[in-house]
Amino acid sequence: MKYICLGYIEPNKFDDLPEAERNAMMDECFSYDDELRKNGQFAGGHALQGPQAAATLRWQDGKVVIADGPYAETKEQLGGILILEAQDLNHAIQIMSKHPGVKAGPFEIRPAADVGEMIRESEQRRGGVNA
Amino acid sequence: MEITIKQVRESLDALYRAESHRILAALIRLLGDFDLAEDAVHDAFAAALERWPRDGVPANPRAWLVSAGRFKAIDALRRRARFDAAQGKIIEQLERAADGAADRLDERVEDDCLRLIFTCCHPALAPEGRLALTLREVCGLTTEEIARAFLMSAPTLAQRIVRAKAKIRESGIPYQVPSVEELPERLVTVLQVVYLVFNEGYSATSGALLTRADLSAEAIRLGRLLLELLPEPEVMGLLGLMLLQESRCEARTSPTGELILLEHQDRALWNREQIGEGIALVERALVSRRFGPYTLQAAIAAVHSEAAKAEATDWPQIVALYSILARVEPSPVVELNRAVAVAMRDGPEAGLGLIDAIFARGELTDYHFAHSARADLCRRLGRGVEARAAYERALALTQQEPERRFLGKRLSEVS
Repeated sequence: MKYICLGYIEPNKFDDLPEAERNAMMDECFSYDDELRKNGQFAGGHALQGPQAAATLRWQDGKVVIADGPYAETKEQLGGILILEAQDLNHAIQIMSKHPGVKAGPFEIRPAADVGEMIRESEQRRGGVNA
Repeated sequence: MEITIKQVRESLDALYRAESHRILAALIRLLGDFDLAEDAVHDAFAAALERWPRDGVPANPRAWLVSAGRFKAIDALRRRARFDAAQGKIIEQLERAADGAADRLDERVEDDCLRLIFTCCHPALAPEGRLALTLREVCGLTTEEIARAFLMSAPTLAQRIVRAKAKIRESGIPYQVPSVEELPERLVTVLQVVYLVFNEGYSATSGALLTRADLSAEAIRLGRLLLELLPEPEVMGLLGLMLLQESRCEARTSPTGELILLEHQDRALWNREQIGEGIALVERALVSRRFGPYTLQAAIAAVHSEAAKAEATDWPQIVALYSILARVEPSPVVELNRAVAVAMRDGPEAGLGLIDAIFARGELTDYHFAHSARADLCRRLGRGVEARAAYERALALTQQEPERRFLGKRLSEVS
């Protein structure tokens, strides 16, 4: 099963760390990611720039409204995503519990949704894209 | 030998009470689906009622029921497969697995039971979902019975169960017992569920059919089952704690429903059998040296149980146990209880200082027990004005009727 792991961080808390500590933390995280790749469990992922770099689009009164910043104004911000290949939720929990990133902030583990059926139905409605 | 339908029905009733959770647990493993397994259990019992009067009761009734349940589930899937081609593959797998000897199907049943408990109490499920699912699947209570016990409407409770089952299926919560490394943490969630069920019953009122008091009995039964499957020290500790608290059930309220505090209870009403069993469990857990907060709370309850009268209570021992508990599981509530025990050992002034130190940190200021404890110590020191203010504060903070009556009475005594 595929699980998408959303890694949250407190941006300032991380930036305020002494350089040596910050580097050590990053090295640990990247080397764990390498391990996951070796085991075929890393199905993709990306770190994200900070919330100050974000733009949020929202449908409002019949048009798109653009705002600065992230959608949710919370202390903990989405710092990166990791797509994990695991047998089941317990396996995913085991793997992510050992990820050093969990010390920087919480991980939310979400099973990937299978929208294959939805896409097929939509294709039929649109006049058989594959036909 | 001829066997009557009545005899079969009686033996099936007994089997259902004693074994249905095990049969369900085995069928969930075999079928990989809670709903399918539940239907299969009922179909298996119905099949037995039809077949056993004719063919006789099988040598291993439980294995027969598991096997029958599985075949019924395969039949049900086959009927559905006419509408849904994807079911065909599942049926094929199930049938291949069904080739194994039928009487060995249930040999891992104790493991299955543990799998069921750990799955129902999985930390990824919402806490209220864990509770409802455990009572439904492990204890075999009906949705209506659980709803009544939680003073909730049946549809609301059914909704919780449906949601929990959907989450198990959709987020891929596996049907397994956690590994040795994960066990301590996962056991915490299981014990929490058992203790929550117990406490729901502990604040019992009255009622018909399944009363809230029956929930305590159900929790104790669950604790016994867990101990049989997993003899861990904290399981012993929790079962011991529940038995020791339950032993005072008769003495805790007056015939008119008034709350009676430990020190004023008629100790002749305490259930000696439960006390004996509880103390034995606490002792077993303590010698393991791997005990935790439940064992320590049980040990405190045991010290109270060993005192023939309130004045004979070994307060130094209780203070010592609370001190260890405060280290193992630091919490202001534990500190409060320790303060009360210190007051009993060293006098009210010493206890009052400790309670005021908790308040000074801004903790427990909305906790009615903290204010009633403070009020009681002030009363014993003859500080009437302070006692009155603290009783009034406690009264304002509790909605529980017997509690309010008790506080009201105390308040009138110091006024």
